[in-house]
Amino acid sequence: MKQVVIILGCLLFGELVVYLTDFKLPSSIIGMLLLTLLLQLGWVKIVTVKGISNFLTQNMTFFFVPPGVAIMLYLEVIQASFWPIIVASIASTILVFIFTGWTHQLFIDNKKKTQKEIDPKV
Amino acid sequence: MELFFQNKIFIITLTFVAFFVAQIIQKKTKLILLNPILIAILIIVTCLSLLEIDFEVYHEGSKLIEFFLKPAIVALGVPLYQQLGKIKKQAIPILVSQLVGCVAGVVSVVLIAKWMGAPTKIILSIAPKSVTTPIAMEVSKAIGGIAPLTASVVIMVGIFGSIFGYGIMKFTRVKSTLAQGISMGTAAHVVGTSKSMEISENYGVMSSIGLIVNGILTALLTPYILQILSLWIEL
Repeated sequence: MKQVVIILGCLLFGELVVYLTDFKLPSSIIGMLLLTLLLQLGWVKIVTVKGISNFLTQNMTFFFVPPGVAIMLYLEVIQASFWPIIVASIASTILVFIFTGWTHQLFIDNKKKTQKEIDPKV
Repeated sequence: MELFFQNKIFIITLTFVAFFVAQIIQKKTKLILLNPILIAILIIVTCLSLLEIDFEVYHEGSKLIEFFLKPAIVALGVPLYQQLGKIKKQAIPILVSQLVGCVAGVVSVVLIAKWMGAPTKIILSIAPKSVTTPIAMEVSKAIGGIAPLTASVVIMVGIFGSIFGYGIMKFTRVKSTLAQGISMGTAAHVVGTSKSMEISENYGVMSSIGLIVNGILTALLTPYILQILSLWIEL
């Protein structure tokens, strides 16, 4: 029971932050960062939340079956923009692979050289 | 009988059974294209049309399952904590490559969709397409997109990435194993990560770092990236 309270507590904290600050960040992400922080600080032990966390993350794909089915409610909207959706998503995914891969690789190549020259801002 | 099929218990059981069957099909055939989520959706949609159940009714009934998405994201805090050591060691390469990947993903998908004439609501829905479904859906809701559309595009991107990702990187000379692993998580989220796990634990760990860090960055930055883009194009 304790683990459920911890997970939901983190989520509720996230909801509260969003409610109070009008922050455009999903409450669940704030909850996730809070949980990481609590683990890092040692306030929550990893054994305490290990069980529920494994259950939730391993079954994550199942939880998005219902939202996937909800797509049927929007068929008309989607049919109207079918090609832009497909082409944009696929082309953009290819770009993400290339950009991320090259950038990360660049750092590994440069590791032996001086790190001062690297501008982390990009 | 009609009322029985509108029962929440029936709807939830149907969802579980559909996913269970889908997993068996995936295990038997080992085809990535037969992604369990896709098959489960197909099974459910077929059943709903055969039994003449309204999609609205299904949506109401299945909210109980959808509820678990948010706690599931919170639970990702555990693997994030476990990877912290690895992330700290390579903080700059990871952060910068994720930042580049995140911006490239959002900007390119928005510009291409806009150029092809997609309406704003659709553009907003596909902007967070690179990150894992629960996060992408939350972002989509927050910026005014259609969350279910986001979910299906995300799944499609994941399947595409896990099938062609390593080929694309080989072709574009991304040689470092670390870079390949992390890019898989950045571009193809959970589906790509499970593909990486199949190859080796090392790829898998890097992928999950990409998945989590890009998830956070995309959640944090997408509203601002869109704001900046809207200075040039109409959104």
